[in-house]
Amino acid sequence: MDDPGAQATEEREYRAHALPDPDDARRWLREMLLIRRFEERAGEMYAKAKIGGFLHLCIGEEATVVGAVRAMRDGDYLISTYREHGHALARGTEPERVMAELFGREGGVSRGRGGSMHLFDAERRFMGGYGIVGANLPLAAGMGLTCDYMGTDEAVVCMFGDGAINQGNFGETMNLAALWSLPVVFVVVNNQFGMGTAIERHSAVTDLERRGEGFGVPGTSCDGMDILDVHATISDALRRAREERKPMLVEAVTYRFRGHSMADPEEYRSKEQVQEWRGRDPIDAFGARLVEEGVLSDEDREKLDSEAVQRIDEAVAWADDSPLPTPESLYDNVYVLGNQVQGWYSVDERGPGARRGEDIRGMDAKETADMQRFEETSEQVSGSAGESEEEAKPADAAQRDDD
Amino acid sequence: MPVMRYREALNQALREELERDEAVFLMGEDIGVFNGAFKVTQGLLEDYGERRVRDTPISENTIVGMGVGAAMTGLRPVVEIMTVNFSLLALDQIVNGAAHIHYMFGGQVEVPLVIRMPQGAGHQLGPTHSHCFEALFLQVPGLLVAVPSTAADAKGLLKSAIRDDNPVIFIEHEYLYGQRSEVPDGDDHIVPFGKAAIRREGSDVTIVGVSRMASTAEKAAEVLADEHEIEAEVIDPRTLRPLDLDTILASVRKTNRCIVVEEGWPHGGVGANLAALVQEQAFDHLDAPIGRVTGADVPMPYSKPLEQIAFPHEPEIVHAVLATFRDV
Repeated sequence: MDDPGAQATEEREYRAHALPDPDDARRWLREMLLIRRFEERAGEMYAKAKIGGFLHLCIGEEATVVGAVRAMRDGDYLISTYREHGHALARGTEPERVMAELFGREGGVSRGRGGSMHLFDAERRFMGGYGIVGANLPLAAGMGLTCDYMGTDEAVVCMFGDGAINQGNFGETMNLAALWSLPVVFVVVNNQFGMGTAIERHSAVTDLERRGEGFGVPGTSCDGMDILDVHATISDALRRAREERKPMLVEAVTYRFRGHSMADPEEYRSKEQVQEWRGRDPIDAFGARLVEEGVLSDEDREKLDSEAVQRIDEAVAWADDSPLPTPESLYDNVYVLGNQVQGWYSVDERGPGARRGEDIRGMDAKETADMQRFEETSEQVSGSAGESEEEAKPADAAQRDDD
Repeated sequence: MPVMRYREALNQALREELERDEAVFLMGEDIGVFNGAFKVTQGLLEDYGERRVRDTPISENTIVGMGVGAAMTGLRPVVEIMTVNFSLLALDQIVNGAAHIHYMFGGQVEVPLVIRMPQGAGHQLGPTHSHCFEALFLQVPGLLVAVPSTAADAKGLLKSAIRDDNPVIFIEHEYLYGQRSEVPDGDDHIVPFGKAAIRREGSDVTIVGVSRMASTAEKAAEVLADEHEIEAEVIDPRTLRPLDLDTILASVRKTNRCIVVEEGWPHGGVGANLAALVQEQAFDHLDAPIGRVTGADVPMPYSKPLEQIAFPHEPEIVHAVLATFRDV
């Protein structure tokens, strides 16, 4: 085989596309701006220690995110990775609820249980961010199976990074999706690095669109920095998935302008490389083209941006006001407790009694379960309230260095 | 009451639930054309077709993950993993996926998934094919764990598992597949989770037997009665999560002695867990330390004489019970 080479992905030629109608064009730019401003603000909030754990930003990848999501129908399922704030926002989840999740608040999309890596919005069929690399691939196939099984014309878009392509799950899922003719579009977001390992150092075949072929999943590639190319390519793939019941692998070649996470010193790539890619900023390019072709004036473009900034200001304020989860809600949603419940479900040292399903049998499950837990833990909770508040404070920055 | 084999009872449960609910479907390695490695799914492909009974490639993690994805979007998959040993390949999807999704997404989505698999030693299959992993799955919040030991429970618990909205680890036993016992007639035979069965009443000692060890414990109880005038109460918890601790505690408060028997390893085992719970809840009622009878703390050897001493039989249980009396 020829030397796959580090430059392979940059030498590709992509199609040129006409702009969509002006309303769509403005919407696409607005959504990319919203994600950019959200991510920048999230980075600031992290630096202020309002956000704990890891924070993975998708700055630079906005065209890939919005282009893919705009190619989908409302009834389609979207599933992503831990770099998924943009996916939720593009799908329509309120930035308030995404920011609140990052803040660990009750008002967050996942009620503060998931955090940055585990956003989910059932209503909008955003089927989640996942913290394990490649773990979302089989889930996507399972969702595709549901579409097929139920005989709907819904489809699934599964987005994952170039790092995930070397997980065993990838091959297993490609094989099953092809074998069972599942309507899933697999989008490998090739941002050139699996964490800090460059693609030519983690993959023997760096032309990722080819990686599904041996399993029966044809591939294609698009310019992940060009929202028009992403949109056109994924629209084609979705049409094929829907009509021909065939999965497809789409490689979107892009670049993350920021580190893998906030705790990334970026010693694995050169400043020149980053600058070069920043020169292809997908939002700048699309905005400039809209102005060039008369869809927007420079003022309109400025205005869209300032509206995005304002929207994020509101999101931060709302998230700040959202309450922290109460200690008595610790055990909420470990199990689905219906009327059939008996026996001891969760047993631990955090209260004088175990949390027992038996006592709530035959009563309104949700309310009584909450009450039950509150009563059982109230003694312990009152003794440890101070400690809980302590825990709710931002984590020490030193704890973040092990990313 | 009809008498049938454990595997036939499971087959009947699958059949009835496939019949009852269109959202129920089966997937797993060799469950269709081959009729199942242990013939549990015998005839189901023929009767329900490729849509409902799906042969899969050998891809455990992806099979389970697809089950999770299908369950999240409205189906009720029953995934068969050929044996519990291979579930290790699927642990990420079981723990990080099935068990945590309902919680980590704030209760927005449910995962009504059943993962069926047999466990157990005794067939000279060596270290990689003889595991007992109920303790491993028991540890994970979000999972339910069923360990049926009779044909009736196999059927009734599997039907409950399929109807439950939580992910269920349903652990069958290779030795039990061929065992016959009575199963109540009709498709309404349901065994609820969290309800232990008292297999034998007694007043002198409580023996909790898990999975196959429930039947081994019953045999040991007969020996204790016949040869030692000790009346043992044998409890089969049937599900480990939820756990019917009340029934176990009530028994211990009556007998003042407790032995837990399991086939798996001792460290962090079911017995270790139950011993902790019982002493926390009923310390004042205990007249002797809680005894554990477990599998040997070794990888399962192939050679027959070694394998046979590496998992519990009646004599070890009898010995453990007698020890609680000597300790008085």
